Amino acid sequence: MSSDVSAAPTASGAAQPDLQATHVTKHYGAFHAVDDLSLEVARGSFFSILGPSGCGKTTLLRMIAGFLSPDSGAIEIGGQAMNGVPPNRRPVNMVFQHLALFPMMNVGDNVGYGLARRGVAKDEIKRRVGDMLERVSLPGAQDKRVDQLSGGQKQRVAIARSLVLEPTLLLLDEPLGALDLKLREHMKIELKQLQAAFGTTFVYITHDQSEALVLSDHVAVMNHGRFEQVGTPQQLYYEPQTPFVAGFVGANNRIAGRASDVNGNMVTVTSADGMVVPARAMGQVQRGDAVEAFVRPEVARLARQSITLADAGLPFFSARVASLLFDGANSAVLLHEENSHTEFRIALPQTGQFADLAVGERVHFGFDPQRAVCFTPSQAERSA
Amino acid sequence: MPTESTRSAMPYARLMLMLLLAPALLWLLGLIVLPHVELGILSLRARVAPRVYEASLAQYRTFIEEPLYWHTFVRTALMSILATAITLVMAFPIAWTIAKLARGRNKSMLFVLCLIPFWVSETVRTLGWMILLRESGVLPQLLVWLGLSPAPIEMLYHDATILVGLVYTSMLFMVIPLISALESLDDSLIEAAYDLGGNGWSILRQIVIPHAAPGIVAGCIVVFMLTLGNYLTPTLLGGKNSQWFTEQIYTQFITRFNWEQGAAFGFLLLGLSTAIVWAGLRLSGQKFGEVMQRS
Repeated sequence: MSSDVSAAPTASGAAQPDLQATHVTKHYGAFHAVDDLSLEVARGSFFSILGPSGCGKTTLLRMIAGFLSPDSGAIEIGGQAMNGVPPNRRPVNMVFQHLALFPMMNVGDNVGYGLARRGVAKDEIKRRVGDMLERVSLPGAQDKRVDQLSGGQKQRVAIARSLVLEPTLLLLDEPLGALDLKLREHMKIELKQLQAAFGTTFVYITHDQSEALVLSDHVAVMNHGRFEQVGTPQQLYYEPQTPFVAGFVGANNRIAGRASDVNGNMVTVTSADGMVVPARAMGQVQRGDAVEAFVRPEVARLARQSITLADAGLPFFSARVASLLFDGANSAVLLHEENSHTEFRIALPQTGQFADLAVGERVHFGFDPQRAVCFTPSQAERSA
Repeated sequence: MPTESTRSAMPYARLMLMLLLAPALLWLLGLIVLPHVELGILSLRARVAPRVYEASLAQYRTFIEEPLYWHTFVRTALMSILATAITLVMAFPIAWTIAKLARGRNKSMLFVLCLIPFWVSETVRTLGWMILLRESGVLPQLLVWLGLSPAPIEMLYHDATILVGLVYTSMLFMVIPLISALESLDDSLIEAAYDLGGNGWSILRQIVIPHAAPGIVAGCIVVFMLTLGNYLTPTLLGGKNSQWFTEQIYTQFITRFNWEQGAAFGFLLLGLSTAIVWAGLRLSGQKFGEVMQRS
């Protein structure tokens, strides 16, 4: 929301955060890659930084890892100030985007590399590497070459290589980006289970909102070098604080217009095309303000008879079906509202009730205004 | 199953291939195989009377029995190995700078700087060194002027001078395979090693050198062969003291007109370079085919 957004509300209350950044800034010339940003990550939690490419999330991660130093501000890891501490002396390890496994070494040497650098005795390394490979379900893979592993196995070796050093913090730089869709879905679950099993604090950066929502205890949505909002996945999804978050996290129908009526926290938004939408105000909204309203596709209800919606007490609209977007459980329908021709996306219910819906058919839709959100002009401008 | 059209096209394709390969095959046969067969025969015969020859190992026996010859032989090998090693040590930071540190314009600038000396012929470049290093040359005069030496020193005709010339001549042939080897090294491997607790030296030893090994070996082979077979640089910079084996070959062929002896020396040099390259590959655990793809 603003630069002062600090602190994911910590689950464990007063426990010392594993990672604390205060007013961290990094410029490249006039470009603010990371702009006066503060955050706290609670011990043992899975924290994601979600943002579009170029939002500064990689710069932030590299500052935490120690590959970049902030222009101003401080980073503390496990209560220790990290300014001027090089990456090889930080209690932090990183899983790289393309994993960066050492192709000149076998799996065992990859996992044992960090221990060997610390001067751990050979037998001890062998034992701990064996244990670690067992914990990531790759028992006995020590002698395999890196190029003999599948994508998912490489992923696990990369994580094992870092976790064997028992870091305070594990940083993950979009490690699932290079995998195909099916494997990515599988690795998401595996990653979450690994984090739960090890209890290490994970800081994960991604541009994929589904990864962030599925994996994380807390997510920070980042844009233009700042955090727009920090919260649980549910908070981000149901209570977005800025139009950017509403538009970036999950699918959303966006209706821009003016607040033609304000009644308590309920606003009536009238778009330029004449669609009139009721929505709940996030922050202060004055009558006549330019506003943006957001309605999630799954919030709206579809009906063939308008009476169904009227009986349920929902404000409703009439529309024609413009196209059907079949995608199994994620199927949706694109409608054109009858008066304003505003495009509107609605998720199809899984009951099969609308399985025979045809393009051009006249339908009705309505939604609970409490579950639609609308933002004030200043916030709308800031994200523009 | 080949179709009708591909079947009729196949002889043409084969003919085209043969035609395209013909220059290379002719070159290989005419300039490499035939002369070597001829030299091989020459080296295995001895003159017993004018225009009368018989098969004999006399040429090779002369080599073993005459200390000057095998002394020069061993000296050439050792100096070449030393020159190769110095070239490697000097070229590595240069290649690292060009491959990993320089960006954009600077990168091409540095590369061109490595290349520019090669626009001038080797003779002229070597003469340049002579101008710099001879007793009345630039460097000895400068030392006198600075008061570092009471009288001009003759800097030519030392082993060190030969090494300087050889390293200078060979530098580019080491830098290029090293650059291509280092450029293919993913920076995140270095970062990952650093992140896992590695330091500069251990990363060089465990990550960079193993990755660049084929390039290093390729550069070493090329430089070693060029150095071993170099005639001009040792002769000009080393003068009478140079004792380079190629000079012995030259003397046998041109001065002494003893082609039999010269041919035998040629084969000995070929054997020497083959043996040392083989030993180098064995020691570094590299495969010849793999290495040659890099150079």
